[in-house]
Amino acid sequence: MTLLSIQNLKVHFHTEDGAVRAVNDVDLVIEEGETLGLIGETGCGKTVLGLSILRLLSENTKVEGKILYKGKDLLKLNEGEMRKIRGKEIAMIFQNPLTSMNPVLTIGTQISEPFELHQGLKKKDAIQKVIAILKLVRIPSPSERINEYPHEFSGGMRQRAMIAMGLACEPSLILADEPTKGLDVTIQAQVVDLMKELTTNSKTSMLLITHDLGVAAELCDNIAVMYPGEIVEYADIKELFKNPKHPYTQGFLGSLPGRGLKPMNGMSPSLIDLPEGCKFHPRCPFARERCKNKRPEMVEIGKKHFVRCFLYD
Amino acid sequence: MIKFIARRLMIAVVVMLGVSLISFSLVFFAPGNPAEVIIRAEIGEEPTLEEIEFFFQEHGLKAPFFTQCAQWLYMITHGDLGTSFRTEEPVLVEFIDRFPATLELAVAAMFIAILISIPLGILAAMKQNSVLDHGSRFVALWGVSMPNFWLGLLLILFFSVRLDLFPCFGYGGIEYLILPAITLGTGMTASLMRLMRASMLEVLRQDYIRTARAKGLMERVVIWKHGFKNALIPVVTVMGMQVGHLLAGAVIVETIFAWPGVGKFLVDGIYARDYPVIQGFILIIALFFVLSNLAVDILYTYLDPRIRYDVKKGMK
Amino acid sequence: MMSIVQQLKKDKIAMIGAVIILFLAGIAILAPHITPYDPIELDLENRLSSSDVNHLMGTDNLGRDVLSRVIYGARISLSMATVVVVIVMLLGIAMGTIAGYLGGIIDGTIMRVVDVLLAFPNIILALVIAGILGPSLTNVMIALSAIWWVGYARIIRGSVLSVKEKEFVEAARAMGCSDTHIAIRHILPNVLSPVIVLATLDMGHIILSIAALSFLGLGAQPPIPEWGTMLNEGRPFMETAPHLMIFPGLMIMVVVLAFNFLGDGLRDALDPRMKEVMMK
Repeated sequence: MTLLSIQNLKVHFHTEDGAVRAVNDVDLVIEEGETLGLIGETGCGKTVLGLSILRLLSENTKVEGKILYKGKDLLKLNEGEMRKIRGKEIAMIFQNPLTSMNPVLTIGTQISEPFELHQGLKKKDAIQKVIAILKLVRIPSPSERINEYPHEFSGGMRQRAMIAMGLACEPSLILADEPTKGLDVTIQAQVVDLMKELTTNSKTSMLLITHDLGVAAELCDNIAVMYPGEIVEYADIKELFKNPKHPYTQGFLGSLPGRGLKPMNGMSPSLIDLPEGCKFHPRCPFARERCKNKRPEMVEIGKKHFVRCFLYD
Repeated sequence: MIKFIARRLMIAVVVMLGVSLISFSLVFFAPGNPAEVIIRAEIGEEPTLEEIEFFFQEHGLKAPFFTQCAQWLYMITHGDLGTSFRTEEPVLVEFIDRFPATLELAVAAMFIAILISIPLGILAAMKQNSVLDHGSRFVALWGVSMPNFWLGLLLILFFSVRLDLFPCFGYGGIEYLILPAITLGTGMTASLMRLMRASMLEVLRQDYIRTARAKGLMERVVIWKHGFKNALIPVVTVMGMQVGHLLAGAVIVETIFAWPGVGKFLVDGIYARDYPVIQGFILIIALFFVLSNLAVDILYTYLDPRIRYDVKKGMK
Repeated sequence: MMSIVQQLKKDKIAMIGAVIILFLAGIAILAPHITPYDPIELDLENRLSSSDVNHLMGTDNLGRDVLSRVIYGARISLSMATVVVVIVMLLGIAMGTIAGYLGGIIDGTIMRVVDVLLAFPNIILALVIAGILGPSLTNVMIALSAIWWVGYARIIRGSVLSVKEKEFVEAARAMGCSDTHIAIRHILPNVLSPVIVLATLDMGHIILSIAALSFLGLGAQPPIPEWGTMLNEGRPFMETAPHLMIFPGLMIMVVVLAFNFLGDGLRDALDPRMKEVMMK
């Protein structure tokens, strides 16, 4: 059953340096229980896409299209209805937990908030739940740790506490934004294991936003590859690794340590100054004349395998 | 924690030593002659040379610099700030007599300032770039630019002379307190409001505020529970520093409103070249200032657990 | 630098401040040519008259034209404040550079002096110094100069310390550049903007302090047409001739406001953190 369906999503906003076209005509579907990986380099708009689902972008941001969650368009809800979605139905796990957690509130207070808010629990009962969930994410001696502040936790523990905060109300959908960024490799593996355990055992769906294909391979069922502002390829995880079609995906995979470490030509364009036509054409070894002027459409080239490239027209 | 306070205290002691040296040297090298002023005030005619000589002997003003300085340091460390030339009373007693009036004024001014500036600052931050926000910037800049001595005079002119609502000057019930407290509090209100706004804006763009919103919290809870305490940290620091400004402002406000506090007594002391009073008062004011900064440091560690943590770690 | 000017131009409040300052500077320079009367000439026939065609701002208790006195007041305040700001800037830059560059005992001593001076509210120390030196405009300027440099010294020292360790400075030194050359080439550009902001705001503060001390009778002495002195002189006539205290006070407020407007705008323009942010 379809849980979330994003249709024709456009997210634009203004900064001092110019208009940022962060998300352009994106379509995505997440099924119940599915984990979808959104892969792309830093600055390709994937975090903005995540934030736009929860409507956490600033008010001057223009968001167009549809974000259907269980059939309701989130973009049409009012603030009060949206607040009931946030944290309860859809929760977000942010990157960099040191800045994403409030420095002057204890861990216990911060994690108990969703319980108090969405389940109407008293502080005392909520704390019991906090202890239980901290146990679940394997924080040692949680009944003492709840009185500590974020800076007293190690990086890995902070990330696990952040995950606990997201899982608190057993949401149907978790948006995880680079949950392993900035962690040591061993800690990273622990966090990935934890997330794998938590998502495979439940009906919870997850949108995993990451630039790390290794993490995505561990956790995801399907992958959407994002190249500044748009999805360029979509496939299930095995198919994508075995049979990448888009030149960008090929280059991206080829630059991985296990696959030859070949760097790609050039740099990703900035969201302020996107090229005409196919966004990848300035770096593409197969670029032809029409790639410069016309934007390719998404085409299905295999079972559930879509690619946005004229090579497969 | 104790170590942290002890270190701060050490710095405070060094600063106070410097302050005493400065206040002593200022008077020692002063060009004017207090004897003439004082004796003239006492006997009502030009003093003779013998009388001046006698005055100098009596007050020990003939010894060399280091002797006098050492004597003075010995005195002040034993709680003796000397005797006022004018009133013949111990300086410390004069100060303690007048301090409650100044404290009353300062507390009232601070109360007004906090009551107005903090809610308005937060409101301006929440409605950034609105009419209210621009208005608050204008009002705040106007408030810090308003000379308090002029504001005091205008308030007297309008509310006392024209409308006859409050007494022009003097000390007594709350009706005497209102105008001076407004005069003294305006500058502080304005600067705290600006700071509260800036601090809240800075906090509102932090990641943890986004996290709080992502939980589905009401905007009110996001602001007050997650934002307020963080935003208050720099405001409290400045509030502590403002205590000094309040004292400085009190000097002028007390003079205008004939408020019988330490500020007015200091100014009168300066007019009369009452050196022990000048020395003693600036010493106590500086001490007060240093102590209030110390208090802010301690309060800071309470507000910001990160610092408490650093302090704890530093001790290990 | 160009973008800062452009940003300032967009900031209406800052532009208002700049225009007022330019206007006041203009009338201050042209004072002898544009004042209708001599600011200190007595006219006992015409005492305490309120505004009329001959005297736009009325006359004071000695029959002097208030408008002329207010215009000369701008000349006095602006020139005195400029002198003080220049002195404290030079003093602060010298002290800060010496402290930051040489370090060690010299740094320690200078910074302790800074701590001690910061232990006083500026105006109280100025009051005491001016009071002890004796009431006069010169003594007020000496008093203010003696204490006001600490802010600059702190900024400069901090920046010298941070730049000193940077690699490009070491490289410059390795190439045989002299210390003076390094200071001018590498440190000055870094401290320029905070110093400009501070100096702009300080112009206002110093004008305010001079007026306050004069108001208390410790600064400019009559018949000098200084605004604070005028306020003090006009005070006894508050009931019958309120214009004597309204106009000089208004001038102080406007000029201080103008410098605060400009300084505030400059700070916003120079502070990169004020740039618009994307996330809520």
